[in-house]
Amino acid sequence: MAKRARGAPAARGALAARGAPADRSAPPGPGTPPSRGTPTARTGWWHRLRRDRTLLLMVAPAVGLLLLFTYVPLLWTTVAFKDYDPFTQGLWTSPWVGLDNFGLLFEDSRFWDAFANTLSITFIQLVLFFPVPIALALLLNSVLSDKVRGLVQSILYLPHFFSWVLVITIFQQMLGGAGLLAQQLRAHGHEGFDLMTDPGVFKFLITAQLVWKDAGWGVIVFLAALSAVNQDLYEAAAVDGANRRRRMWHVTLPALRPVVALLLVLRVGDSLTVGFEQILLQRDAVGPGASEVFDTYVWWVGIANTDYGIAAAGGLIKGAFSLVLVLIANKVAHMLGEQGVYRK
Amino acid sequence: MTVTERTAAPTGPAAPPPPPRRRRDERRPVWEEEPGRVGQGLKGATLAGVCLAILGPLWVVIVTSLSDQRTITDAGGLVIVPKTITFRAYTELLSGGTVTRATLVSLGLTAVGTVISTVVSVLCAYGLSRPGSFLHRPILMVLLVTMFFNAGLIPTYLLVTGVGLEGSYWSMILPGAVSVFNVLVLRAFFQNIAPELIDSARIDGAGDWRILFRIVLPLSKAVIAVVSLFYAVGYWSQWFNAMLYLNDQDKWPLQMILRQLVIKQQAPQGMSQMISTQQIPGLAVQMAVMVLALIPVAVLYPFVQKHFTKGMLTGAVKG
Repeated sequence: MAKRARGAPAARGALAARGAPADRSAPPGPGTPPSRGTPTARTGWWHRLRRDRTLLLMVAPAVGLLLLFTYVPLLWTTVAFKDYDPFTQGLWTSPWVGLDNFGLLFEDSRFWDAFANTLSITFIQLVLFFPVPIALALLLNSVLSDKVRGLVQSILYLPHFFSWVLVITIFQQMLGGAGLLAQQLRAHGHEGFDLMTDPGVFKFLITAQLVWKDAGWGVIVFLAALSAVNQDLYEAAAVDGANRRRRMWHVTLPALRPVVALLLVLRVGDSLTVGFEQILLQRDAVGPGASEVFDTYVWWVGIANTDYGIAAAGGLIKGAFSLVLVLIANKVAHMLGEQGVYRK
Repeated sequence: MTVTERTAAPTGPAAPPPPPRRRRDERRPVWEEEPGRVGQGLKGATLAGVCLAILGPLWVVIVTSLSDQRTITDAGGLVIVPKTITFRAYTELLSGGTVTRATLVSLGLTAVGTVISTVVSVLCAYGLSRPGSFLHRPILMVLLVTMFFNAGLIPTYLLVTGVGLEGSYWSMILPGAVSVFNVLVLRAFFQNIAPELIDSARIDGAGDWRILFRIVLPLSKAVIAVVSLFYAVGYWSQWFNAMLYLNDQDKWPLQMILRQLVIKQQAPQGMSQMISTQQIPGLAVQMAVMVLALIPVAVLYPFVQKHFTKGMLTGAVKG
């Protein structure tokens, strides 16, 4: 976001001169017509609009799409406070009901189950998923051969580009009731099993799926942080007698700390988001008891049962809760001396 | 260990230095200890295990999709070691019918969607990349805010159905057409292009369109390739929007067929007959659909893979 004055003043002036009549009020002095880099009080907005109309035209489609599909839907969040039924009344005419939808939501035990499931899945993934990319990055960083490292990297990144449908079907073919593992066990006289429909292991199953799909991709950020470490530090430490383990502790890990802190803050702030598509795809197989999370609950109530008001209330609660979590997590990061998402 | 042993070795003029136990890797910095054999072995085994965990399942899926009924029965299901190779499942699936249509739908959606998204994002990124241009800060804020909040599933669903996109393929393209992250990646890249190039073109009388097409785009091929791959993969992987908005099974993309066939274990409309009457093993059909869902990614991936780190990091760091 550099503010460098990049436009060549003369050229800018030439371009501006063929533009608006408002030009006359613009040039502050001989030979220094306004450039984009130095907006002054005298370059009026009308003039700047004329000058940059091409750029604005280029930006327009993207902004239009974002406004329509991200900002306009905010109007529909009011549904959370209304008795909204699209088949009888529209958005504007349906009656306000205050916080009734929230009351109904809090009375629903499935809501609280979904809440608990979500938080426990987040916790499991913080413990079992989060460290994996770091470990893989450290491992890869210690590989000397560029060829081997490149090969392993391209294999590691690949599953990130598979759709969740594909990942889950692959897991099903490996670990499901008719999957490879059960099939091999049966062939050798053991009992088969079906991990895909077992509610008891579901939370670990989806964590394993997440590791398979995205742990490799997560490595990129940490590898970049590692490659930014000044190699002289390692040499100096080694000369001073630090062994492998101590160099890791005193040089490598401190270099990773800001990245780890940032990603932790983001993950904690996103506690209520746990693999919506992934879990929705497997909801039928294991049943909602073990698999219902915040997002799938909202989907179930809103889309499947068309209780839009209650579902929108759930969505609002999620937004508010997430905001508070980000603020808290960031505060903690600041207290530990890290930068977090935003500066103090 | 080796280092200390070597320096401690007797250095008499006649005695040749004892050969090191192992040849030292020349790429290893001189100050670094040689790792022990056990450590090396463990490291290699871990890396090999990780790669096997990713490639092994893919191998089994591909091999099974190419096997005939007898091989599958002999193996008791999934096939690890290929015995016969037959493309029967693929020729049946792609000779018209549900899967052929779904594959074409997915390819079409991916092509159209990727073009729209990439063009819109590149234009937006360039429009916001010129320093000091009119309104660029407020517009940037409008974009950034969407990265931290979104209206949520229900309001978006009500809007999309409200504007009449339900049942139309546009419902799978337009709502997610612009990824702000990708715009920021592109913008960061455009800002890094040497300003002298752009200034000299401007002095020669080039407008913003000409600068974009003649100077900026030719210099940004790599990052644009990465961004379009992200978009393409996104469109190719979509199933949820199809489930929300496309009630007509005839319009379903491939991922929805795959979900129906393998996860739900129901044959989609028009496929049950084929599986039951035409003697193609159901398992091979399932695997073949999985492979179809995999192919475009596997084909595009090698071309773009080497640019990932660059693309990802310019956006993340410069954001």
